[in-house]
Amino acid sequence: MDNSLKETAQIEVVRLGKRRSLRADVTSWPVIIGFLLPALLLYAFFVIYPISQSIRYSFYDWNGLEPLTQWVGLENFTNAFSDPLFLEAIRHNFIIIFLSLLLQIPFALAMALLLSRNLIGRGVFRVMFFAPYILSDVVTGVVWRQIYRPGGLLDQLIAWFGIGSATHEWLADPKIALYSLFFVISWRFFGFHMVLMLAGLQLIPTDLEEAAAVDGATFWQSLRHITLPLLGPTIRVSVFLSIIGALQLFDLVWVTTKGGPVNSTATMATYLVDWGFRRSQFGYASAVSVIVFGLSLIVALLYQRFVLSRDLEGTITS
Amino acid sequence: MTSVTTGRGHRVKRRLNQALLYLVAVFVLAIIVIPLAYAVLGGFRTSSQLAADPVGLPDPWVFTNYIGQLTNPSFWGQVWRSFFIALLTTLLVLPAASLASYVIACYRFRGKEAIYTLFTMGLLFPIAVAVLPLFITLRQVSLLNNPLGVVLPQAAFSLPLAIVILRPFFQSIPRELTEAAVLDGCGPLRIYWSIMLPLSRPALSTIAILTVVTSWNAFILPLLVLTEPNQWTLPIGVNNVSAQFVTDYAVVLAYTTLAMIPALVFYFIAQRQIVSGLTAGAVK
Repeated sequence: MDNSLKETAQIEVVRLGKRRSLRADVTSWPVIIGFLLPALLLYAFFVIYPISQSIRYSFYDWNGLEPLTQWVGLENFTNAFSDPLFLEAIRHNFIIIFLSLLLQIPFALAMALLLSRNLIGRGVFRVMFFAPYILSDVVTGVVWRQIYRPGGLLDQLIAWFGIGSATHEWLADPKIALYSLFFVISWRFFGFHMVLMLAGLQLIPTDLEEAAAVDGATFWQSLRHITLPLLGPTIRVSVFLSIIGALQLFDLVWVTTKGGPVNSTATMATYLVDWGFRRSQFGYASAVSVIVFGLSLIVALLYQRFVLSRDLEGTITS
Repeated sequence: MTSVTTGRGHRVKRRLNQALLYLVAVFVLAIIVIPLAYAVLGGFRTSSQLAADPVGLPDPWVFTNYIGQLTNPSFWGQVWRSFFIALLTTLLVLPAASLASYVIACYRFRGKEAIYTLFTMGLLFPIAVAVLPLFITLRQVSLLNNPLGVVLPQAAFSLPLAIVILRPFFQSIPRELTEAAVLDGCGPLRIYWSIMLPLSRPALSTIAILTVVTSWNAFILPLLVLTEPNQWTLPIGVNNVSAQFVTDYAVVLAYTTLAMIPALVFYFIAQRQIVSGLTAGAVK
């Protein structure tokens, strides 16, 4: 109604330097609690409660049905770390991390650099490279199983190129199944990282690279000394997401190989679902999930502390 | 970058370079498209055609696989349930996350940062790893074989990212705006509804997209919770068909194609928002 009055009042408030007194007094507690309640209830009941329960279960020998009586202390943990199959599963997770950082992320970066140039139709490439990310792991896994199966599309293509000796049991041979799977993972996720890096590249002022070109810098020099350092924050985020994703890898593996053949593609997550739901060793499987939680937390905190601290504030610990 | 290069030799080299880059891009495009085209076209073949010659166009085109699925009521039931669960999850996440984020962003109170940290910790625990204790919790409250047994946990696990996206958004809304509203006599609910929500529409649509896509593609939770065939969602149906018709490759591919079409159509229509939504979620 009276604008000048409102303005005066606002100025008054600002001048007094008591901006928060407008909202954060004792009377707002009902508001605070009321607004937080739906989210807190949902979160407490379906995230915090189950996860804290799994810590409790991990100290018991328990089949998931009977009352919790068989306290075994740390036995589940020592059993896990002395089971060669679990250690093997951890190794697979780390192989995927290693390969992702060695191949998938650099490939995504290369594609981002390619599409950041004035290529005709680059919009189409960008949309299509990202498309697999929108598909479900189930669809991806089922289609690739068909492509990889003996006599499937891949074998036929290889035969068509006249190198029939190169056909393999892509998913059935324990020696290469993990690498076949890694290809599918990269197929599905590189577009996501590429889009992240494209967004990062857009933030780099073009005049820097132009100036370098004027000074006679080659493409590689400009990449090495300008683009990569300035893209650093984006690359570090990509690497982090890739590591956490690989540590917790499950759906795609479960659909494609269920961890087989002979555990050659088992990950920590498939191992724990296998022990929990197939063999009803809920206590033991809970211990494995606690290990995965712990590992993710340690990796995240270390990464946050030593790598990301310069770029981000307050993502995980604020 | 090459604006300063002059002379014929340079121009030829540039052309060559450009052609080479094109070749690389087209090659990668082929690796993306071929599996998808293989699934779509494979659905138009018989399994024996598929075994004999999976490359090229079907000859003759076979429609029975697709028609068989499109007239199959259980397929449509799965589509409906996937849709229903995604919708319900989103309708739960949006109000819960935005109410909480509003308070966390705009109020000062003891324990605020602790609550925020508690939520952000959830980013590290995806459903797949927490599914075991979650299953037991759902069994305790008899939510197995109930769509809510998928909806509620999915909504809960979506909260961390939603809150991490919304909080800075709400914080960036000028304080003068809410202060003016307070002076006009607006209560907190009114400010939330008439100022915060309309102004944060981009963030809300980002969250809606993230939630819908995640829910539509969800696998492990519905797999364990919805075990009755009349409760299955689309991904569970696909997984099951692929296990049931192990050798009937064409049926599997037709079913898989039908399952991926809604996601792809959604993607091509709202491509810009989806890409920025899914990636914004990650960078935040």
